[in-house]
Order: sequence, then C-alpha cells, then structure tokens
Amino acid sequence: MIENLDHATLQQLWWLIASVVGSLFLFLTFVQGGQTLIFTLAESEEEKTLIINAMGRKWELTFTTLVLFGGALFAAFPLFYATSFGGAYWVWMLILFTFILQAVSYEYRKKPDNVLGARTYEVFLCLNGSVGILLIGAAVGTFFTGSRFSLNLYNSVTWHTPYHGLEAALNPFNLALGLFLVFLARTLGAMYLVNHVAHEPLVEKARKATWINLLWALPFLLTILISLVTMDGFAVDPATGEIFMEEGKYLHNLLGMPVVLVLLLGGLNLVIYGVVATGFLGKNNGIWFGGLGTVLVGLAIFSLAGYHDTAFYPSVSDLQSSLTIYNASSSKYTLTAMSYVALAVPFVLAYVAYVWKLMNAEKLTLSELTGKDAQDMY
Amino acid sequence: MGDPILTTVDWARAQFALTAMYHWIFVPLTLGLSFLIAFFESIYVKTGNEEWKKLTRFWMTLFGINFAIGIATGIILEFQFGTNWSNYSWMVGDIFGAPLAIEGIFAFFIEATFFAVMFFGWQRVSKGFHLFSTWMVAVGSNLSAVWILVANGWMQFPVGMAFNPDQARFEMQNFWEVALSPVAVHKFTHTTSSAFLLASLFVVGISALFLLQERHQKMARRSMVVAAVFGFVASIFVAFTGDEAAFSVAQRQPMKLAAMEGLYVGQERAPIVAMGLINSGKQPGDDQPAFHQEIKIPGLLSLLANRDSNSYVPGINDLVFGNSERNIIGAQQRMLTGRIALDELARYKFAKDKGDEAQAASALALFDQHQGDLGYGYLSSPSEAAPPVAITFYSFHLMVVLGTLFPVIFLLVLYFAFKNTLEQQRWLNLACFASIFLGYVAQQAGWVVAEVGRQPWAIQGLLPVGVASTNLAAGNVQTTFFIFLTLFTVLLLAEIRIMMQQIKIGPEV
Ligand code: HDD
Ligand code: HEM
Ligand code: HEM
Repeated sequence: MIENLDHATLQQLWWLIASVVGSLFLFLTFVQGGQTLIFTLAESEEEKTLIINAMGRKWELTFTTLVLFGGALFAAFPLFYATSFGGAYWVWMLILFTFILQAVSYEYRKKPDNVLGARTYEVFLCLNGSVGILLIGAAVGTFFTGSRFSLNLYNSVTWHTPYHGLEAALNPFNLALGLFLVFLARTLGAMYLVNHVAHEPLVEKARKATWINLLWALPFLLTILISLVTMDGFAVDPATGEIFMEEGKYLHNLLGMPVVLVLLLGGLNLVIYGVVATGFLGKNNGIWFGGLGTVLVGLAIFSLAGYHDTAFYPSVSDLQSSLTIYNASSSKYTLTAMSYVALAVPFVLAYVAYVWKLMNAEKLTLSELTGKDAQDMY
Repeated sequence: MGDPILTTVDWARAQFALTAMYHWIFVPLTLGLSFLIAFFESIYVKTGNEEWKKLTRFWMTLFGINFAIGIATGIILEFQFGTNWSNYSWMVGDIFGAPLAIEGIFAFFIEATFFAVMFFGWQRVSKGFHLFSTWMVAVGSNLSAVWILVANGWMQFPVGMAFNPDQARFEMQNFWEVALSPVAVHKFTHTTSSAFLLASLFVVGISALFLLQERHQKMARRSMVVAAVFGFVASIFVAFTGDEAAFSVAQRQPMKLAAMEGLYVGQERAPIVAMGLINSGKQPGDDQPAFHQEIKIPGLLSLLANRDSNSYVPGINDLVFGNSERNIIGAQQRMLTGRIALDELARYKFAKDKGDEAQAASALALFDQHQGDLGYGYLSSPSEAAPPVAITFYSFHLMVVLGTLFPVIFLLVLYFAFKNTLEQQRWLNLACFASIFLGYVAQQAGWVVAEVGRQPWAIQGLLPVGVASTNLAAGNVQTTFFIFLTLFTVLLLAEIRIMMQQIKIGPEV
C-alpha cells in the first residue's frame, strides 16, 4: 500500500519521521542535562554516584537515538547529510568529540587504574552535556538562520566561510537555541532524578533545580519565540521550486498550520506544568509531562522549518542552493522501501518502553550501588 | 625529495582507515564475547551453580569495558561519511543510507536496551528475563554486523541501482538485490565467524594466563573448554568462508585478487605464492620481477579463483592494459569510455540548464552507452586502477597463515583439557596468551586486504576515492586526524590498563 503514495507525500512522511526521532532525542537529552547536574547538585561523592548511575542506565538510549537520527537523515535526505556534515564540518566534529567522551566516561570513571582519573571523566560528562547540547542547538538553529554554502550542478557543496560551521555558534539566534536546549536538558534531568532516585536530600535539591533551570531557560526561549515570529524566512515557490525571502515567513507558517501552533503552545505548557508539579506540588511524575512537552515543542520546531513551502536548510550565500524536503530527499523507491522498514519502529518503541518499565519499577537507592551484585555499577 | 604533499583525500583516507581500524579493535570482541557470555550464563541458569554466575560476571565486566569504546569509535564512522566523504554521501546516499538507518532501527536499539538489563538488572528482573537480555545483546550485536556489511558489500560490488543524470547520483532499483548481494553474504559469514574466533582466543588466552599464575584455576579451565570448542568450530568456519570470500573476490574484483597474490602476468595453472618477498620497485607493465624471492605452489590460485586448477587467472597487467587474446578490457580502454561518459554527462547538464532539450537528449543517449565505465573516466593514468600490491599481499598472507594456526591451538587446548593436564602445559598456555594479540593482527589484516585491495575505488568501478571526498581544505581534515589519533590512543591505553587491572582482580570481587 505504501507504493501508492506519491513522492511528495513520502517526503513529508519522512520529514515527520525524522522529526519524531529528533524530538525524542531532545527529550532523552535529560541524560546530558543530568550529567551537568553532577557539579551543581551533588554535594557528596554518594550523591554524584547516584546521579551518574541514574543517568548511566539510559545514556545508550539517548546515544542510539542520535545515531538513528543521523541514519534516518542519511537515508531520507542524503543531500542534507552531504551538505551539512561536509560543510559545517567543525560543528559536527566537535559535537561528535563530546559524544565519544561520553561513551567511555560512564564505564571508566570508577574503574581502578583508569589513567585519567575519575574527575576527568566527570568533566567529560559535563562537556558532553553542555558544549555538546549547545552545539546541537546551534546546528538546528541554522534551519532558520541559514548557512553560507552553494551547490554546483552535480550537487556537491562548497562552503563559503573558512570556519566550516563554527560560525553557526556565533549567531545570536542559534546561540539562544543552544542555551535554551542546555537549560531544558538540565530541567528534564532534574525531573528524571526526582522520578527515579530515592534519596531525600538529593531529590529535594533536584526539585528546586527544575524551576531554577526553567527560569534560566526562559530568556532564551523568549528570544527564540520573538525572533521566530518577526524574522524573514526562506520560502519556496511550490510551482517553480524557486527560493525567495519572505517577511514574517515563520509567523505565516504558524498561522497557516494551526496544528503546529497548538503543538508549540501545548508543548511549552506541558513542560511548565511538569516543572510546577515537580518543583512545587511535590509530584514525582513531572518528567512525563516535561518529556511529552519537549517532544511536542521539537515537532513544532521541525515542522516550522520543513513544511508549508519552506526551505529547511537554507543558504544565505546562494539562495537557490537551499535545501527543501523535496529537492534533498531520496528517490521514491528508497523512501518506499524505508517506509516499510519504519513499520518496525512502533515495535521497537514497545520493547524499549517495556524494558524501561521493568527496570524503573523500583527506585534507585544508595544500597543498590554498594550492595550485592553492585560490581558493575558506574 | 622533500615532504610529500598530502591532499584532502589522503587525509580523509588516513582518517577513515584510522577510525575504522580502531573500531575494529573492539567490535570483533563484542560480536564473539557476547555469545560466549550467553553460553556461560545459560549454563549458570541451567545448573544454578553460583560459580558459573561469578564466571559469567567476570567476562561480562571485560565485555562492558570493551563495548563502551566500541560505541565511541562507531559513532564517528557513521558521521564521517557525511563530513569527509560528502560527495560520496550524495552520489550513493540513496542506496547506502538505507542499510545504516536499518541498522539503527533493528540492531543498535536492541543492544542499547538490553545492555542496561544485562549489567544493572540482576536484582531488578527475573533470572529468565536476564538470560533473555544477555542473548538479545548477542543477537543485537551481530545484527549490527549484518547491515553495515551489506553497505560495505555494496561498495565492493554495486548492484540493484541505476544512475540518475538529473540528480547526478545513483538510485536504488532493487532493495533485495542490495540486501542479499552475494558479497554481503560472504562478508557477513566470514566476518562474524572470525569475530567468534577472536573472542575465543581472548577467553582462552586470559584463562591460560590464570593457569600460568596458578589463580582461579577451576574457573579458567571451565572458560577455556567452552571457548576452545566455540573457537575450534569458528576457525573451521573461518577457513571455509575465507575460501568462499576469495572465490567471490576472484569473480567480482579480479584486480584485488591479483594484488593479493602479486600476480602481474595472467596465466593458466596460476600458482599461490606460499612465501614471497615483494619487489617494491615493480610497476605495472615494466619487466622487473614481481618478487625478490618466492616459493610457489602451482595451480592453487587457479583452483581458488575458478575452482579449476588449470583455469586462467588474469594478472595486474592484463587488467590495466587489457588483453585481447583473453577478451579482457583493461583500465586503459575503460578510461576512454569513462571520459566520454563524463563529457556527455557534462554536456547533458549544461544543455538542461540552458533549456536545450535536443542537445540534452543526444548527450543522454551517448552517456547511456558509456556509463558502465563512468568511474574510470576520473582516473588520470591506467596504472592508478591497481591497488598497492605489497600491503595487500602481505596482509592476505599473514591472515591465511594465522588462520591455519588457530584451529591447531584450540585442538591442543581441548586435547590437554581432556587429559586433565592443562595446568602443566606451560608453553601451550604462553602460546594461548600470545595468540590473543595474533588474533587482532589477523582481524586487522583481513580488513586491510578488503579495503586497500579495492583502491582506488570507493565504489568499485564507479567512484574513485578522489572524487568521493568533501571539498574542504586539507588542513581541516589533517587537524581532525590528529585529534582522533590522540583521543583514541589515550582512550585505548586507558581501556587496556582498566582491562588488565580487572584481570588482575579476577572474578572474586
Ligand atoms: C581472525 C581473523 C581472520 C582469519 C584467521 C581469517 N580471516 Fe579472512 N578476513 C577477516 C578475518 C580473518 C575479516 C577481518 O573479517 C575480513 C575483512 C573483510 C571481511 O569481509 O572479512 C577478512 C577478509 C578476507 C578476504 C577479503 C574479502 C573481500 O575483500 O571481500 C579474503 C579473500 C579472506 N579473508 C580469506 C581468508 C582465508 C582464505 C583465511 C584462511 C583461513 C582467512 N581469511 C582467515
Ligand atoms: C564504516 C562502517 C561502520 C560504521 C559507520 C559503524 C557505525 C557504528 C555506530 C554508530 C556504532 C554505535 C552504535 C550505538 O549507538 O550503540 C557502532 C557500534 C558497533 N558496530 Fe560499528 N560501524 C561500522 C563498522 C562496523 C562493522 C564492520 C561491524 C561488524 C561487522 C560493526 C559492528 C558494530 C558493533 C557490534 C557495535 C556495538 C558496539 C561495539 O563496538 O562494541 N561496525 N558502529
Ligand atoms: C570495521 C572494519 C573496517 C576496517 C578495519 C576498515 C579498514 C579500512 C582501511 C584500512 C581503509 C583505508 C584504505 C586506503 O585508503 O588505502 C578503509 C577505507 C574505507 N573504508 Fe573501510 N574498513 C572497515 C569497514 C568498512 C565498512 C563496513 C565500510 C562501509 C560500509 C567501509 C568503508 C570505507 C570507506 C568509505 C573508506 C574510505 C575510502 C577508501 O579509502 O577506500 N569500511 N577502510
């Protein structure tokens, strides 16, 4: 039945799938947020170890979601993969470095004879949670602010700044998005701790951290929202495929796709409710509201960039080189084949959820980290 | 002579080779040890004997240390296709992206999900579910191998696709042809069995160390027997699938086969060089000898390549310059065809851009006639079509020699285990310990054969590496190369130190 969909529908579907994976990743960055909390929240070695072990059981899930996000973009929008990774080389490289550091740090931090010392691995975790997330935000920001590249007739990319992507991190809008994500991740991390750890002093501090970090996130959020509704955007003429600048483009997108407006406002409200519930109402399930809210906000952001005749990876050097979900995608055949593969995603989500439930049925306590069977704890 | 100037593509190749080879230090151990752990834990669950649990957990700790750095090196590889090979990513992304995404969906999530249960679930889930999770980690890891090898197999032998001149890229026509490509199948069987072999060497070797040190002897003997059985079966499989691989190379990448044996002049009853010292000054087409010294076994290469010891095996010269007697079209002639294809493609793109449909149509027709040799059009001299011979030759021979040694070691272990005198076999135990290192050497050598032997192609016959790389100043890639080198080396050293410390601590924690 998927064969009967036309190419444009498949392209829209795959933008949606990539957006869902990307948005789930944003939710799962609670792990990264948690990694930065070890320095601001933990007051003792024990509390630090609790935070690291709480996050340590989920870090691979976040990591794998990032890998899948990359894979899905490669399969569905190879021209984006080639253009952005090849052009904005340094942003992506730096992001990757922080994830390399993360992958070894959990396992190596506590092991004897680990060469670099526990403290170094903790700094690595913190770098991943701060610099890594900030740069991911900056890279996503270029969906709206554009990059300096051009494509030739063979679609190969030339980047027009020697900074190869580092320039993205200096743009105020991109920077604001990056910082927003960092504080959002910290907010989510604190909510997850409240949900999963049984250690009163730490949980009390985490409750407080939820609203403090949300407050920190607010000015950046406002910057993003105000910019989005006022800035010029990169529009596509659906008839000719020509790209042109349109005043108030993203505001038009919001009004033209009311669903997206609902996602955005609904998502933000859910995050705020999650924080209020955790920080002030003494509830433990705030992470679920915060998480769902984050996913909805993510979907809204990706939709604004990709749908409604918009160029999602715009070039400010050569407007006509800008990428849209229609000119950057895989062939109809490949998208069809991949859509069949994607039918497995709900099944994957189901077993991930099942195992999550099983593993989180009981809260994490200090005694689990020191008791019998504790030899492999982080 | 001065310093050679390395270009972006040289650095990109160096960087890819570096990161892939680092990844491959950790991956085969993951692939094999995951199964061995699953065996150990199954015995524990079946017998309820706590000693087997202790043993399982010991190997699991080592597994976890290795796994983390395997993941760290893997993520770089995936994104490197975009960062360093961006033209490649565009030109073949329509085909190549799919296996990578499928791997993420089907394999990596299994690993990521059940890994946490395996390590932190002892108290949180039932015994049965824990065992199930351990098995799922083993299955998931080996599923990771399937799809990436499909992708690699496709690069060695591109099938199931067609070139789309409007997009200037290759597009997938048949998913199943790509997924079930015979090259992908032999890559998978040979690679996974060699990984089981390596992991068995690892367990046997470290257990042998315990015997030498007279510590944990009971546990060591148990581990050794299970691993030696697994390793012996795997090593038979490795030799069998390796032979299949060589046959497949002969049929589909004759240039690689010629380089593996240093065969310049094609012949009937072609020999295998059992031992040889390559003449490094030798160039295709000149009349220098290929070897300074050599010992040959006549007919064996013909047998390996065509299953017929009298058959003809083409040499490097035939494939570079052509051989009309044998109907072999050489790179020289293919370059001419390839250049026509490239020129017509350019003419087509230009006419299309100008809206000249008639020109476009005539250019396209000519392009279609010549596109089969597209990749050769990019070469600047025919001998570029030959890979570096010495590296390919030595790596191949090293792998095969080691491949015949390992089953012998496993057999000896089983023999003395059966006679109950393993502890007294000092020399054998030392050899077992040393074989861990040899196993890694064989692994790396295998990939060097496969990857260096297919130079200059990123995609066999269609896309040379020089065209595949990103348009970046060399300095960028050079810098990241050294960052990776430093970072991975520090992490590797840390890994080895941590492992050694855990081995010193032993199972009794
Ligand atoms: C413990 C490691 C190990 C051992 C003992 C062997 N191999 Fe191997 N070999 C590999 C590990 C490996 C590998 C790392 O897994 C490779 C690299 C690419 C691949 O598909 O498998 C490989 C590649 C590879 C190739 C190139 C395939 C290609 O380019 O597509 C050939 C022809 C052989 N092997 C043949 C053999 C033979 C005849 C062996 C004799 C027993 C042998 N190998 C032992
Ligand atoms: C250049 C090609 C390769 C790429 C792009 C690649 C990519 C990756 C990535 C992204 C990861 C991390 C996955 C996670 O999030 O859990 C990974 C891990 C892994 N890869 Fe690779 N990989 C490559 C080669 C291979 C090969 C050839 C095999 C096996 C035959 C393999 C087997 C594995 C396994 C078993 C893991 C699990 C972690 C570990 O290494 O211990 N990979 N790889
Ligand atoms: C993990 C096991 C692997 C190892 C150890 C390995 C080893 C190497 C080596 C030594 C080179 C350098 C060849 C040269 O430039 O002279 C290379 C290049 C390369 N390999 Fe692999 N390889 C592995 C798996 C793969 C897989 C699974 C893929 C693709 C799916 C792949 C794709 C490439 C590419 C794109 C290059 C760069 C282009 C080139 O130089 O050929 N490799 N690899």
